[in-house]
Formats: sequence, C-alpha cells, structure tokens
Amino acid sequence: MTALAAPPPPVREPAPDRTARRGRRRSGAGRTLRGGKLAYTFLGLAVLVSAFPFYWTLVAASRSNADLAKVPPALLPGPNLARNIQAVTEEADIGKALLNSLIVSGSITLGTVLCCTLAGFAFAKLRFRGRGALLAVTVGTMMIPPQLGVIPLFMLIAKLQWVNQLQAVILPGLVSAFGVFFMRQYLVQSLPDELIEAARVDGASTGRIFWSIVIPIARPGMAVLGLLTFMTAWNDFFWPVVALSSSEPTVQVALRQLGGGYVNDQSVIMAGTLLGTLPVLLVFGLLGRQIVGGIMQGAVKG
Amino acid sequence: MTLTAPTTTGPRAVSPPPALRRAWRKASPYAYLAPFFTLFAAFGLFPLLYTAFVSLYRVELQTPGEMEWRGLGNYTALLGDSYFWTALRNTFTIGVLSTVPQLVMALGLAHLLNYRLRGRTFFRTAMLLPYATSVAAATLVFAQLFGRDFGLVNVVLGLVGIDPVDWQTGTVASQVAVSTIVIWRWTGYNALIYLAGMQSIPRELYEAAEMDGASRWRQFWHVTLPGLRPTIVFTVVVSTIGATQLFGEPLLFEGSVSGGISHQYQTLGLYLYEQGWGFFHLGRAAAIAWVMFLLILLVVGANALIVRRRSRKEAGR
Repeated sequence: MTALAAPPPPVREPAPDRTARRGRRRSGAGRTLRGGKLAYTFLGLAVLVSAFPFYWTLVAASRSNADLAKVPPALLPGPNLARNIQAVTEEADIGKALLNSLIVSGSITLGTVLCCTLAGFAFAKLRFRGRGALLAVTVGTMMIPPQLGVIPLFMLIAKLQWVNQLQAVILPGLVSAFGVFFMRQYLVQSLPDELIEAARVDGASTGRIFWSIVIPIARPGMAVLGLLTFMTAWNDFFWPVVALSSSEPTVQVALRQLGGGYVNDQSVIMAGTLLGTLPVLLVFGLLGRQIVGGIMQGAVKG
Repeated sequence: MTLTAPTTTGPRAVSPPPALRRAWRKASPYAYLAPFFTLFAAFGLFPLLYTAFVSLYRVELQTPGEMEWRGLGNYTALLGDSYFWTALRNTFTIGVLSTVPQLVMALGLAHLLNYRLRGRTFFRTAMLLPYATSVAAATLVFAQLFGRDFGLVNVVLGLVGIDPVDWQTGTVASQVAVSTIVIWRWTGYNALIYLAGMQSIPRELYEAAEMDGASRWRQFWHVTLPGLRPTIVFTVVVSTIGATQLFGEPLLFEGSVSGGISHQYQTLGLYLYEQGWGFFHLGRAAAIAWVMFLLILLVVGANALIVRRRSRKEAGR
C-alpha cells in the first residue's frame, strides 16, 4: 500500500554496482568539464535554499512566539528550545509518537528488506512458471496511486478491528513492489549464475544458497533499500493519518495534531517539527552518500 | 510435510529420493515469493480491485459492513458537486505550478552538478536534504514562512517594497505557496535522477559536437536533452502521479480538510479524504479514487503518445 514514493525503477539500464560505475566513468561516459565560478554560485544558492527551512525550524523552535512576531524577526537561534520542547510534550504525546514511529519504521524496514530480497532473488535467479507475469503484475502496480486502495484497506482493518493499532500501518507497509524490483535488478547484476551453479553441483539446497551466497552478495543493495524504506516509512503521512488517531500516533500524525489548530504557538509547532525531523536527518547525515548513490542507481538512464 | 519426512526418518547421510528433490526444486521458487505475495495480495492487490466495487455502493464509515447498491450514483453525484470541479481544477493548476518549475530547475541543477566540481558529494547530498523531510514537517515550516502577518516571506517582500500577500486566502497566492512546498521537496531529487541520466550519455557525442563547432548551449540542446528523453518522460510521469495525489501539503497548510475557506486549494486527494473521513461517505471516496486513477492513465497515455510521435518525427528526418 505504501508504495515507495521514491526512486523510479531502473527501466532502461539495470542498477550497476559501485565498481561498474567507477569503471564506466573511466571508460568515458558523461562529461567532466570543470565547473566555473558561476556553477559554484548557483549550486551554493541551491544549497542555501535547500537548507534554510531546516535552519529556520531551529531558529523558530528556540525562540518565543513574541520573538517571531517582531519585524524584522529574529534570525539567530534563541534560548527557549528546552521550554518549547516541554510545551510540545504537554500538547501531544510526542515521546510515544517517536517510539511508535521507531517501531513502525523499524518493522517495516526489516520486513520489507527480507520479503523483497527473497522475492527479488526468486525473480532474478530462479526459473519457474509464471515468472514474467508475476513480475509484470508487481511492477505494474507501482504506477497505481496508493489512494486507489485506501478505502477497501480501511474497511479491511476496520473488520479486523485494527484501527488505531500499529499493525494497521506496519503490515500494508511491508508491500513494496519497488523493493522487489530494486532487489531483482541488484541481484541480476551482482550475483553471477556460475556461483549458484557451482553451489548446486556441490549439493547445496536453494535455501543454503540463499543464506550463504545470496545474502552476503545482496547486502549493499539491502542496505540501500533499507535506508530508503526507513525514510519513506518514517515520513509516510496519508495512511497513518487515516489508520491511526491522536491516542496512538506516529510522529507525522502528532505533527498534524500540533499544526491542526489545537496549538497556536508557532514556536511550539516548530519545536515539534524539529523533533519529528531530527531522527531522519540524523540517518541522512550519517548515510546521505549511500542514499544519493541508491537514488542515482535507481534512475532511468538514456 | 511429506517432503521433509524421508530425511527425518532415514539416517542423516541419505538424501531424499531424486523425484522428491526435483519436485521441491520446482516448488521452492514459490516459497521465496510467498511472503511478499501473501501481503501483496491482501494489502495491495485486493484493495486495488475492490475499490471499483465499493465505488458502486453506498458505504458509510461508521458501518462499513452495510453496503447498499447505488450503481453509478456516486459518480453522478460527483459530477453535480461543484467542490469536485473546484478540486479537479485546483489539482490541475497546482500540478502545473509545481511540476513545471521543479523539473526545469532540476534540469539546470543537474547540468551544473555534471561539471567536475570540488565537493561534488556535498552538493549532491545537500540538494537531497529536502527529500529526507516529511510532508508534515515541511508543510508546517512553510506555512509559518508564508504567514500573513509575521511570515518571513512577507517580511522579505516588504524589504523590496511589496505589500504583504495573504498566502492563505488568496486563490493564486495559496496555490503558489502549496506548490512551493512541493518544488522545495522534490527539485533536488529530480536533479539527481537527471544527473544519473546525463552521466550515461557517451562522451564521444559531445566530442563530435565540439568538433562540429557546437557551442556549450547547442551541445546541451542537441546532445544532452535528446539523450535524456527517457529520463525526462519518466520524471514527468512520476511527478504527475505525485501531483494528482497531493494530500499532506494542502491538508496541513492551515490544518483544515476543506483546503481553505472557499476550497481554494483543495486537491482531489484532500477532497477524497474529506468525503471519506470527514463526511463518512466511503463509497463516494472510492469513486473519487477511481477518477484520480483515470486521470493518471490519461496523462500517462498522452505522454506516451507525444513521445512516440516525437521519436517518429526524428527517425523520419
């Protein structure tokens, strides 16, 4: 249901692994003209525009509401961060929301990576009846908007009496057609058939092959898929808002509650926003390079 | 069960009879697919197909078990609802306002990122930063920046002598504000997609163009753009799908499900939510979902048509 609103499938060219990319650069695709001053200026400007809202969140979250209402407004962080954060915890159960988000995103990430690696391996390297058709159905559904399934999905979880329970968000989140396709492309590229043949000759079962050959080779791909899945799950809004309420919120649902007119204090809203954004920014700060690589790998090329 | 029985009863060294092994080898691929497809069938495929069925019934949120046949009633009711038409128009205008500048800027940024730069990874990562935020967080921040009285945007506009704009009640102004959030979040992402496309264009093409005396600009126009065509088509389709589903930005821009006092920025996604979870008409909401889907098919189809015609024209040259 939560189709990754993320990278498009590699349609034209399968995802190359890192060494292949490096090799290609040497072999001369792409251009390597040096950037001039103008290029740096424009890029610097773009970075500023990208980063400013984050900076502003910090400024507004650490000021009083009165500071924000001044003209011109304060442009440097102030001393009120702790107080505003405390106000957030009084307005919304942000601690519980953070924990819920961690549980939801963590389970979705683990489950998705596992399910998608299993299925991706089968599609990439095993031969069976209906492979093409099943893959086509999987990939085809990536084009369909998630809203299309939301109403019956809601009726389903209502029937199971799961409304306002975390599994209502977790289980549909494990379905990632993109993930299957991503892992398939990764394994087609980086898992040589000969390796599997050799293991078979040695008498290894498919399960054994999966465990001791496929998983180690798939690990970098699994890591990238995990990162993207975690970010998407953490940031998912539509389905959690529908399936959960303010008594069992994820961070995004709690933010909606803060912004939904219950609180009028802008600096408190911004403090909540800061808390909701920080974890994923942390992940991004540590592993941004891999995320960038993953997105570029997943891109459609000419 | 029967498959594993021989191994457990016999001595360990004896493997199962070859016939059984072969049977298992034939069946085992399905075992690898099972976890995904079980979930996919229950939470992905079934809801997708069932929506069409639900859209033909009167179903209320409080009593989802009771369904009353309405035929095409939900659809005709939509056609008679002026808010549906407003939402349709808003989805279109916000879609254009957000998608076009976003993709054009992304193309420009990708071109710059394709130069040999110091701090290349830094630029790429920083540009993707907005993608890492949630709709909710980004929208709350921008709603604050676009505040009428003390919002930073109006303060800056005031510095250059422009009167404060009411970003929430004005139709055009509010739609521009909502589009800005979308543009901010997705431009860097699309730039990276374009960059990946640019890097796979063979360098020889540029060298040949240079030998023919083509300027940088002409190289961009005649080598880069045609080489990027599949990527561009792809981003157009993806962005269009995203724009059709726009939901969080208009919901949180000021926190109401109606998309402003006069529904001036209510999108189809928000309209669906209002009908289903505001007014409890799940059947009606399902009909809206189908309209959104048909809209996407239309756009994707039109896109494919344009691309095919352009390539045919070029092939004929």
